[in-house]
Amino acid sequence: MSKTTFTRRGVLRTGAVAGAGVALPTIFTASSAAAFTNEPTGNTVTLGFNVPQTGPYADEGADELRAYKLAVEHLNGEGDGGMMNTFSSKALQGNGILGKKVEFVTGDTQTKSDAARASARSMIEKDGAIMVTGGSSSGVAIAVQGLCQEAGVIFMAGLTHSNDTTGKDKKANGFRHFFNAYMSGAALAPVLAARYGEDRKAYHLTADYTWGWTQEESIVAATEALGWETVNTVKTPLSATDFSSYIAPVMNSGADVLVLNHYGGNMVNSLTNAVQFGLKNKSVNGKNFEIVVPLYSRLMARGAGENVKGILGSTNWHWSLTDAGSKAFVKSFGEKYGFPPSQAAHTCYVQTLLYADAASRAGSFNPCAIGEALEGFEFDGLGNGKTLYRADDHQCFKDVLVVQGKENPQSEFDLLEVVEVTPAAQVTYPPDHPMFAGGSLGSCNPGS
Amino acid sequence: MLGLNKKDTGLLLIVAVLALFAPIIFNPFPSDSAMAQFNAGYPDLMQRFVIFGIFAIGYNILFGLTGYLSFGHAAFLGVGSYAAVWMFKLLSMNILPAIALSIVIAGVFAALIGYVSLRRSGIYFAILTLAFAQMSYNLAYSVLTPITNGETGLQLSLDDPRILDGAPESVGSLPYPTLLGFEMSDTYVMAAGGWQFQFSVGYYVCAVVLLLAFYLSIRIFRSPFGMMLRAVKSNQQRLNYTGVNARPYTLAAFVISGMYAGLAGGLMASMDPLAGADRMQWTASGEVVLMTILGGAGTLIGPVLGAGFIKYFENIFSKINDTILHQWFAIMPDGIEDVLVALVHPFVGKGWHLTLGILFMLVVIFLPGGLVEGGQRIAGLFRRRKTDNDGDGDTGSSTSKDPAE
Repeated sequence: MSKTTFTRRGVLRTGAVAGAGVALPTIFTASSAAAFTNEPTGNTVTLGFNVPQTGPYADEGADELRAYKLAVEHLNGEGDGGMMNTFSSKALQGNGILGKKVEFVTGDTQTKSDAARASARSMIEKDGAIMVTGGSSSGVAIAVQGLCQEAGVIFMAGLTHSNDTTGKDKKANGFRHFFNAYMSGAALAPVLAARYGEDRKAYHLTADYTWGWTQEESIVAATEALGWETVNTVKTPLSATDFSSYIAPVMNSGADVLVLNHYGGNMVNSLTNAVQFGLKNKSVNGKNFEIVVPLYSRLMARGAGENVKGILGSTNWHWSLTDAGSKAFVKSFGEKYGFPPSQAAHTCYVQTLLYADAASRAGSFNPCAIGEALEGFEFDGLGNGKTLYRADDHQCFKDVLVVQGKENPQSEFDLLEVVEVTPAAQVTYPPDHPMFAGGSLGSCNPGS
Repeated sequence: MLGLNKKDTGLLLIVAVLALFAPIIFNPFPSDSAMAQFNAGYPDLMQRFVIFGIFAIGYNILFGLTGYLSFGHAAFLGVGSYAAVWMFKLLSMNILPAIALSIVIAGVFAALIGYVSLRRSGIYFAILTLAFAQMSYNLAYSVLTPITNGETGLQLSLDDPRILDGAPESVGSLPYPTLLGFEMSDTYVMAAGGWQFQFSVGYYVCAVVLLLAFYLSIRIFRSPFGMMLRAVKSNQQRLNYTGVNARPYTLAAFVISGMYAGLAGGLMASMDPLAGADRMQWTASGEVVLMTILGGAGTLIGPVLGAGFIKYFENIFSKINDTILHQWFAIMPDGIEDVLVALVHPFVGKGWHLTLGILFMLVVIFLPGGLVEGGQRIAGLFRRRKTDNDGDGDTGSSTSKDPAE
C-alpha cells in the first residue's frame, strides 16, 4: 500500500529528529521554585470542597457544602464565629488562615472514584487548592486520599466510616475526624447487651462492598464478644431496592435480632421491608424481635420515616447535644440556613477548622508542617468532647453516640434521641488491631 | 504521506498541531481574570480529552463502521485499567508493559464477549453487551474484590513487589509511573504575561498515543477491511446472500475497538494509577455512545470532538457555583443580580447534566450528523461567500472545518 525508500540522508535526518525528540522532555523536569505544591503566594488561600452534588448521596453532599461555606465565613471573620469561640485552641483569629483570606472551589464527586479524582485534580492543578476535603462514601474518600498523597496536598476526609480509610489504606497526607465501623461496634455492643440481653441470635444483612464488610466484621466481633451468636450473614447487592427476598429467610432462621449493615437508600429500603414484614412486633425464642442499624444518619432516618422508631444505632454527632460547641454550631448553621445541621455537615465544618488551626499553629501551609501539627493534637470544644488526632493512623478518637429512633418526634429534624454517650476510651483500639492492619502511612509528601 | 491521501494527511496534521499546542489553545484566558474559570488547559483535563478521544475513536470503529451499537464498552476500559495497575504493582512503574498488557487483556476479553454477543444484532446485541458490562461491573464491585479491591478501587501500595524496579529509593512515598525515566506527573509551567501554560509529560505521552491511534483509525477506515465493515452496516443480509460471512469481520472490529478501549484504560491508569469499578458502570458505556453521536458517528474526527465536549462540561461547568455566579453579575444592581444568578443556577454546578442534555438534544435535532456536520455547514457558508468575494486565506475555525470522511 505504501512505498518505502531508505536513503542515507533520510535515515540521518530521521535519526537527528528522533534524538532531538528524546532529548526534549528534559526541559520538563526543571523543578519549579515553590517549596511545596500550590504554595499560596498572594493574599488568598484556596481550599477545595469536593462533595457529591449528584448521585445517591447528593443530600449529604449539599449539607456538607453548606457547612464548608459556613466554616469559610467564620474563618474570614464574618458571621458569629460558630465553634471557633468554643474551640480549645485559640490560634485562629478570624482573619483567614495565617492572614490570608480563605477562598474555595467546589466540585462534584458524583460518588464515583474517577469523577472524584478528576474533580480533585482540577482543583489542585487548575485552581491551586492547598487542601482538599469532602466525600460521602469511603470508596471516594480513599481514592481522593491516595490522590492527595501523590499530589502533595492535605486531605481532610468528610463522611467516611469504613475501617480502611485509616486502616489498610491510610496515607500520611490524609486525616479523618469521623468515627469508623469498629467504633460503631464497640459503642453499640454494650448497649445492645444491656437492652436485649446477652443470649441473642443475630442475623446480618450486609451491603456487598468494602464498607459493608468492615461494618459487619466489626459488629459481629463486638457482639460475639458479649455472648451473642451470629446465625447468618447475607450479602445484598448495593443496587438492590427491594429486600423482601432477603427478609423472608430471616423469619425462619431462628434469629431474634436483625442487623442491617446498610447505608443511605439501601438502609431506608431494607428497614421499610423489615417493618412491613412485621419483624418489629414478632417474638422469637420468647423474646421480642429487634432490628439494629449500626450507622445512623438523620437524613436516612427521615427517609425511613415512622419505621425508625425505637431502632438503635450509632452516630458521630447529633444536633441535640447540649455542649457549648454543638450549641454554637447549631445556632450559626440554623441562623444561616433555617434548619439544624447533619452529622456530615458537622464533621466537614470541624475538619475545615482543624486544618486552618493546624496551619496557624504550624505557621506554614506546608503539608508536612500541617501534618505534624495535627498528629497527636488534643482538642476540645468542637462538639464531641475531648478528642485526640492519633499520630499512628491519623484517626480522631472521641466519644461515640448511641442513638435511637424517637417515638414522638417534635419536628422533621427531631428524629433521633441520644441513648448513651460512649466514652472515647471504650472505642479506642491499638493501631495494629487486625481490622486495621496491612497498610502504612508512609511519609508526608509536600509535592514539588 | 504515510500511505494517506492528501485530505487525510491534512486531517492528521490538524489533529497533530491541535494536540501539540493544546496547553496553549485551551488556556485562552489569563489565570487571574474572571474568565479563567473556562480554561481547560490543565494536565488532568487535557489528558482526559485525549484518553476519552482514543476511547471514542475505537468505539467509532465498531459503531460508526458496522452500525453495531455496543452498550458495554466501558467494561474493556475498566479491564484495561485493572491490568495496567496490576502491572504497576507487580512488575514495574514503566508504563509500556502496563499499556501493552492492558491492550492484550482487553482484546482477549473483547474476543470472548464479542464471540457470544455478535450472534445477535440490533437491540439484542446492545442488550447482550450491556448485560456483560454490568456483570463485569458487579463482579469487580464485590465478588472479585481480592483482584479489584471492590468499591475502594485498586491502588498502589508501599509494599507492592515491583520486581523489575528493585527497592525504592525513598521509603515511605509511592513511586510515579514513568517512561524513559520521566515521571508522568512532571509538569513544566511556563508563565507568559498573565497566562500560565502547563506542559505535562503525561499529556504529551497521551497525545502521541492519540496520534498513533488516530492514524491507525484512518488506515482502517480507508482499507478494504473498513469497506467490508461499511457493507455490514448498509445491508448485512445482502452480504450473507452473496456468500460472505460477516461475523469474522464484525468480531475483528469488536476486538479492535475493545483493544482501543483497553489502551485508553491503560493510559488512564498510567496518568493516575488507580482503577475503580465505576469505570465499568453502564453510565460510562453510555457516555462513549453519547460522545460518538454528539461528535458525529462514522466520521474520523467526530468522536474526538464529542469526547472533548462532554469532558469539558463535566469538569468545567460542574465547578461553577453560586459564589462565582455572584462575582460575574456583581456589576448589576442587587435585585437583577439575584434574579440572574437564580436563572443561571439550575444550569451550572450540579445542574451540568441538564445543560449537557439540552445541548445534546439540540445537536441531535438540528445536526443529526453531530458536531462535524455543524462544522461542515459553517465551512460551507464560508466557502460560498469565498467564491462570491473571490477571496482566499484561512477560513472557519480550525477544529470544525474538518471533512467528515
